[in-house]
Amino acid sequence: MYAQMVDTGQSRLAGLAELSPEERAFQSRIDADVKIEPRDDMPEAYRRTLIRQIQQHAHSEVVGMLPEGNWITRAPSLQRKATLMAKVQDEAGHGLYLYCAAETLGVSRDRMIEDLHAGKVRYSSIFNYPTLTWADIGTIGWLVDGAAIMNQIPLCRCSFGPYARAMIRVCKEESFHQRQGFDILMTLCRGTAAQKAMAQDALDRWWWPSLMMFGPPDAESVHSAQSARWKIKLLSNDELRQRFVDQTVPQADYLGLTMPDPELRWNDARGHYDFGEIDWQEFHEVLKGHGPCNHDRMATRIKAWEDGAWVREAALAHAAKRAARQREAA
Amino acid sequence: MTTTGRCAPATDALVFDYLLRLADSDIVLAQRLGEWVGKGPVLEEDIAQTNVGLDLLGQGRLWLAYAGEVEARIAPRGRDENELAFLRDGSEYRNLLLVEQPNGSYADTLARQFLYDHWHLLALDALTCSRDERIAAIAAKAVKEVRYHVERSSGWIVRLGDGTEQSHERMQRAIDALWMYTGEMFAADATEEALAAAGIAAGVTLLREPWRKAVGGVLADATLALPADGWMQGAHGRGGRQGAHSEHLGHLLAVMQSLPRSMPDARW
Amino acid sequence: MSTGTEWPLWEVFIRSQHGLAHKHVGSLHAPDAAMAIRNARDVYTRRNEGVSIWVARSADLHASSPDERDALFDPAGDKVYRHPTFFPMPDEVKHL
Repeated sequence: MYAQMVDTGQSRLAGLAELSPEERAFQSRIDADVKIEPRDDMPEAYRRTLIRQIQQHAHSEVVGMLPEGNWITRAPSLQRKATLMAKVQDEAGHGLYLYCAAETLGVSRDRMIEDLHAGKVRYSSIFNYPTLTWADIGTIGWLVDGAAIMNQIPLCRCSFGPYARAMIRVCKEESFHQRQGFDILMTLCRGTAAQKAMAQDALDRWWWPSLMMFGPPDAESVHSAQSARWKIKLLSNDELRQRFVDQTVPQADYLGLTMPDPELRWNDARGHYDFGEIDWQEFHEVLKGHGPCNHDRMATRIKAWEDGAWVREAALAHAAKRAARQREAA
Repeated sequence: MTTTGRCAPATDALVFDYLLRLADSDIVLAQRLGEWVGKGPVLEEDIAQTNVGLDLLGQGRLWLAYAGEVEARIAPRGRDENELAFLRDGSEYRNLLLVEQPNGSYADTLARQFLYDHWHLLALDALTCSRDERIAAIAAKAVKEVRYHVERSSGWIVRLGDGTEQSHERMQRAIDALWMYTGEMFAADATEEALAAAGIAAGVTLLREPWRKAVGGVLADATLALPADGWMQGAHGRGGRQGAHSEHLGHLLAVMQSLPRSMPDARW
Repeated sequence: MSTGTEWPLWEVFIRSQHGLAHKHVGSLHAPDAAMAIRNARDVYTRRNEGVSIWVARSADLHASSPDERDALFDPAGDKVYRHPTFFPMPDEVKHL
């Protein structure tokens, strides 16, 4: 998901008996669905895990502006251009809300950005794939935002108050994103043969990376159990992935597009779609920095940050000058 | 001339041309601001600047829609906003030279915005009294947005002009470099003179002094020097509003128009 | 290492419509109050959410401590007589 494979600092889930009295008291508050607020006592591991998870989520929003931003200047109609600009702008807003939520835990936004640029913190693997045609913009809205919403709606109930509140705001704004994506694809699929082919090609390229967004299979997820106990991860990777497949396949049928998975079929006994094996080697390589766009995405972010340094610095200098003048006048 | 918003056919051709001038500056500047999205100096600023781009894009669309209606009075059919935006060549674009200049640094982008915003506000303010009711109505909507743009860009000019030594230098250089494109904004050609006389267009020559006063005031607050007026690009009868552009517009349009032009039978 | 150019954090309060109080909606960074208000407009009112904005430096906000929660808030728990439902009224008595 937007925060994939968040390290909880634990190699296994501790038994309840192993918890200290403070940890047990904390856990009983979580179990009673009491929201944890920034100034409350919390285990250090909970705090560190949240900082990691929320900032991965924030970085994903901000880096995620780039693949779609790539098409703002080439959007094929003025209406599409306006919608796409508004959508990418929303993502900046989502990144901002999330950074603020993490900041309540005592880490500065600049520090988080420096950690991203130093390669110490990840962002979602999905944004390391290129947007090659206009259909990719529709497909990202449909699949990537669809997957994100699926993950974010449960997070509105997560145990950390500021994160839950940020998610509520994000989810309110997000529903337009998925629809605008699907609307682009509907138009392409009802359009010329070349447009339809463009849509199919985009689905062929984005389907598998979208499934990877949910993270590795539950069996391999050492950190998930701890995060689930803390209620900062409410549904498992495989559960969310299955829900996503079940929801998306009929939508592809509606569009008249074919999923690039010969093993995909409805399983009556399970009441779910079965689907083929995900190429986890590709997933891990992309996370390690070997995706098609890892280098470009980071280079763009770092350049923007460095190019903006003098602007941020000057605004602060001016504020200091003005405050000094006011003090003198008083 | 009547006051009901319906002009004589000869005037319609002029109005069509004039509406393209208003539209194209908005569309071209919005396109430039779109290049910044995701690359601003800080998230808050990315969001704020994109709002300005969205305002301009919205205004440009209103002008283009009306231009298409006016065109339908003088041609077999009027083009829609997308035909006008994506299928006209550079020589048919009527925007000011100022707005097609590249983004450069944040100082260059803000200087361009600041110089345009102040002109834009005065022009729209005058147009709210246009005898063409549609023009007056669009201007009345746009002027509220642009009042905010003026406040925002002016605030930045002051912050960067009176910020650090480095920001002061960059800001001054940016203003100086763009100054030669400001004369065009106040040079009326025959089209605008005729329409201004008819009470339809803004009399831009009258805007020059209030603009200098407003811009000069902000520059003074910013500890920046008002540049001396030298030779002004496009201000002598052949400029952006007559379709004579800088080299930059062709590249901007090549990017912007690539998809509709490569698939002319497609709808988007 | 931080570059030392981070803008201070501000808390943002928005009044959504006439008659309702300002409500905390989130925070943002800005170099000064004027820009904090402008940024709040762009960040938190893109969908007609507000008609009035307050901003305050986060550093200037003082909050009650979670350690004092019991001392501060528990005593109100047993003052049931402060609530109108504590006093049952006969049905035939109106306007009470």
